Amino acid sequence: MRTIHVSNIVSAVKEMCIEANYYLPLDVKARMRTMKEVEESPLAISLLEELIENAEIAERDHIPMCQDTGMGVFFVELGQGVSIEGGLLTDAINEGVRQGYREGFLRASVVQDPLRRVNTQDNTPAVIHYELVKGYHLVIHFAPKGFGSENMSVSRMLRPADGVEGVVQFVLEAVEMAGSNPCPPIVLGIGIGGTLEKAAIVAKKSLLRPIGEGHADPFYAALEARILEEVNALGIGPQGLGGRTTALAVHIDTFPTHIAGLPVVVNINCHAARHVTRAL
Amino acid sequence: MNKDQVFRMHLPAAKEDLSALRAGMRVLLSGVLYTARDAAHLRLIAALEKGEVLPINLDGQAIYYVGPTPAQDGQPIGACGPTTSYRMDPMTPKLLEKGLKVMIGKGERTEEVIAAMKAHGAVYLAATGGAGALLSSRVKKRTPVAYADLGAEAITQLEVEDFPVVVVIDTQGNSAYEIERQKYRRK
Repeated sequence: MRTIHVSNIVSAVKEMCIEANYYLPLDVKARMRTMKEVEESPLAISLLEELIENAEIAERDHIPMCQDTGMGVFFVELGQGVSIEGGLLTDAINEGVRQGYREGFLRASVVQDPLRRVNTQDNTPAVIHYELVKGYHLVIHFAPKGFGSENMSVSRMLRPADGVEGVVQFVLEAVEMAGSNPCPPIVLGIGIGGTLEKAAIVAKKSLLRPIGEGHADPFYAALEARILEEVNALGIGPQGLGGRTTALAVHIDTFPTHIAGLPVVVNINCHAARHVTRAL
Repeated sequence: MNKDQVFRMHLPAAKEDLSALRAGMRVLLSGVLYTARDAAHLRLIAALEKGEVLPINLDGQAIYYVGPTPAQDGQPIGACGPTTSYRMDPMTPKLLEKGLKVMIGKGERTEEVIAAMKAHGAVYLAATGGAGALLSSRVKKRTPVAYADLGAEAITQLEVEDFPVVVVIDTQGNSAYEIERQKYRRK
């Protein structure tokens, strides 16, 4: 058994909150640059240049790249050989968020109750997904989620007979409906299978995968490539102002499902596809 | 005017500048605008319904839909990209009646808003969603105006210089979202 003290978790999470909001990941920046090279619309090219410059300013001046510094979403892999000492893991993560959002001048964007809507002032609580895994490590993935894109995300319980074509049509419909709202160029996280909530969780988790790393299964890697091509043929473009660069990437993740079902969730991320990982 | 050229516009905007704007044009704004998003809009509308005087005279002015991050030491404002405009749609026609001429946000507007914009000669501009750090560097000064208790959502006055936007809906009701997308649609 290995012990990890909660104070180490608090400080790691605090740093991750700040890092994720100040530094656009290299994979996202690289993809924006390559897509700018093939973009046809002059307006779209100027908007992509603006986004690349924005990421550079954020890094240089230590300022959040976007004012929507998100609701904190965590995927935590806890090795079964790890014992957490000094308090509750969930409390430690939320304390890290509290400190990170305050010290990093990040926006408190969470309300305590969805209908009575009073801001908690410290961006807690975060949404935390736990998974028990083998080994002696604690791996924390953090992805602050802005709601311009979260609000455009959708789920649908397709029929098994709808198959691949049904999934593709549903995704295209979702992207078309979202239009300019989710701050394209977007990253699409598509969860297929499981139950209603499982499809949503795998969709969200697929957004953590580095851009450029296709699905391990060639069947799904080909489907990702097909959907990316069809989405970019819609003409929506950066900010919805026309062009080829509507999506930077399409990520699919799946889970076994019921004989009667084909749940699909399309979780849309904006171009500020923030994600950081820390292993303790 | 060549649509690929960048147009410079001073705020508050002159009437002839507003009518010269065309959907799809790049514009650099300099001058004064007001920040207001969801909660501030609710209060403005509530004040109008009670017959109260608004804390800002909207006549000829520009509103920017934004909820910035907290300012760091020595900076006027934190990251300040636009928020999605459709949430303000139900409240917008009433503000246009009060003389609002320029709205800055991102994303589509309803038919009702576009009709009211045409009736009042107003324009809708998009700042780049997610370019919060870049846009922050174009804000020179921020002054509190009203509803300070709303925090990031309070109404404040911003002085901006070369603040980059795209004309989405012009005074004639043309939409760059429709026009530009059709050019690149392949299916």
